Amino acid sequence: MAEALIIDGVTKSYGTEVVTLALRGIDLAVAAGEFIALTGPSGSGKSTLLNLIGLLDRPTTGRIHLDGTETGTLDAEGLARFRGRRIGFVFQFHHLLPEFTALENVMLPAFADEGRISEETRRTAVRLLEEVGLSDRADYKPSQLSGGQQQRVAIARALARSPALLLADEPTGNLDQESGDQVFRLLRRLNVERRITCVIVTHDDRLAERCDRNVHLVDGRVDFDKQVRGVG
Amino acid sequence: MIFEWHVARRFLREGRTQTTLILTGVAVGVGTIIFLSALITGLQESIIERTLGNQAHIVVRPAEDVPRAVGGNPEAAGGPRVIRPPQKIRAVQRWQQVAAALAAEPGVIAVAPTVNGPAFALRGDGTKAVAIRGLDPKGYSAIVDLEQRIVAGTLGITGFQAVIGVELAKNLGIVVGDKLRLLVGDGTTAIYTVNGLIDIGNKDLNERWVLIPLRAAQTLFGLEGGVSTIEVKVNEIFTAQAIAARMSQTTGLDAESWMTSNGQLLVGLRSQASSSIMIQTFVVLAVALGIASVLAVSVVQKSKEIGIMMAFGTSRAKILRIFLLQGGAVGLVGSLGGVLLGVGLGAFFAGLVRNPDGSSTFPVELRGALYLRAAAVATITGLLAAVIPARRAASLDPAVTIRG
Ligand SMILES: Nc1ncnc2c1ncn2[C@@H]1O[C@H](COP(=O)(O)OP(=O)(O)OP(=O)(O)O)[C@@H](O)[C@H]1O
Ligand SMILES: [Mg+2]
Repeated sequence: MAEALIIDGVTKSYGTEVVTLALRGIDLAVAAGEFIALTGPSGSGKSTLLNLIGLLDRPTTGRIHLDGTETGTLDAEGLARFRGRRIGFVFQFHHLLPEFTALENVMLPAFADEGRISEETRRTAVRLLEEVGLSDRADYKPSQLSGGQQQRVAIARALARSPALLLADEPTGNLDQESGDQVFRLLRRLNVERRITCVIVTHDDRLAERCDRNVHLVDGRVDFDKQVRGVG
Repeated sequence: MIFEWHVARRFLREGRTQTTLILTGVAVGVGTIIFLSALITGLQESIIERTLGNQAHIVVRPAEDVPRAVGGNPEAAGGPRVIRPPQKIRAVQRWQQVAAALAAEPGVIAVAPTVNGPAFALRGDGTKAVAIRGLDPKGYSAIVDLEQRIVAGTLGITGFQAVIGVELAKNLGIVVGDKLRLLVGDGTTAIYTVNGLIDIGNKDLNERWVLIPLRAAQTLFGLEGGVSTIEVKVNEIFTAQAIAARMSQTTGLDAESWMTSNGQLLVGLRSQASSSIMIQTFVVLAVALGIASVLAVSVVQKSKEIGIMMAFGTSRAKILRIFLLQGGAVGLVGSLGGVLLGVGLGAFFAGLVRNPDGSSTFPVELRGALYLRAAAVATITGLLAAVIPARRAASLDPAVTIRG
């Protein structure tokens, strides 16, 4: 299977005087369409790794290839464009823009990139809200939505540009078990139906068991990397 | 730019309290600037108009005779004595040619010859020192509009008719139609009929001016065919000084502009203008600081959202523009409110105290160009004030803001 993501000897350190080694050398290859759980104790470097994969930050050493592109060669504009078109993010605290409605939030990435809202963008956004079960909330502001609903809008937004890679940092961490389950099932379904590669950080072993593969970090290194049952 | 504009507008609209406060601040600032400028402009124009309402922009007269040394022998004890020639009314040589030359100078719109000299006005027991102004009322009206200053009788004077200042008339107990005897230095006297009274807008002049026909003055002062001064009006009042200098040079005569003869006034006007500019500068500075601080707070408040926008592919340049636009928009919209405020204040003050004739004692000059300038200044100020916050926003690290 084609490699969607190759991480090659990546380290990341923070600070200049007091240096924190957040990642101490990560090698990882992820096949297109894989659904990976990234687990590990707090401070083990999960978010750091996810941010590097998502091009929000650059590694201190090492290389990250996405879809065959060596991302270290891209300039800031190039990174922003790559992020916008190929990568979808979902964060623990959903982070919708409170000034915009659910539908507008889903349309923003395309709007930012294309400078206008095309009919196509609108149709896609409406369909995505339908897909995450929120067509009746399209015109609600985030503050009028529950946490689970907000997270589903955030997922719809992450998918708006049909990314090849979906990154989620504890997408269910802030939700009760039922909405958490709902969000997880949604991600799994999108992964299966659209063949989107997913990397999901979670503290929930029960959820990790339901992915294809579980990469476990401890202290900035891969502690274990195993195939799991892989049933949705 | 549409995306940036859309987001900027939404940010401003949703941050209602902050936006309202800063818009109010900008409006108050711009309103102050507009009102102040209008007031200062109005005051200055009315002062200048009052000053130039009774004098020519440039007065050309023969150069003063150079004092000459007498006594022949400088080695003699005490050195040479310097004697000024006796001051008599001296004529402009070949004044018709000079007047034509002056009229041809660029920037000059009118010239008129006058004969001016001292005299005594006698009536009954009363004697007053007066200033004779011999002029042709028709031709001279191109220099100073005397007609509108006539308060009794008419300006039309021929032969032995005169128009005199209202104070002089009061002092001598003269009404229109009365006779007045004029006595000049060499003992010549003449009797004139007072045909009109004039209020020149200056008590001193009102006590001294006696206007008689040019020809009559020539006779009175023994200047047959000659004139003592040529008075000039220019189209741009503040060019008078330069034009006068040029005239002195080309004619060899003494040309004095109103700016020289009213030096004090000019200094006053300049310092008024510069203090007004200083106040406006401080207002602009305060507005800029206000906008900058509101946007700086907004950047901090929205740092997470900025990070998210970056995460979904918004470039730093776009983030920068979103905040610049907010600054510009606050400046522009606030200045529209400021225009209304300034106009309102101006109208209020203008209506506050009125002269008996219904004109305002508060000469507030409100003009479209002033509004445009104020709006432009406010918009540019907003944009500039937004530079620092906007750069801060654009340099945020998305990984850090999203984590926080
Ligand atoms: N911007 C930063 N500056 C300094 N140190 C940082 C920074 N970001 C992360 N770190 C450090 O890097 C290490 C890894 O952090 P990271 O956030 O990746 O952990 P995590 O596995 O996501 O933890 P959690 O499960 O609590 O979210 C931590 O020791 C953290 O203190
Ligand atoms: Mg984390």
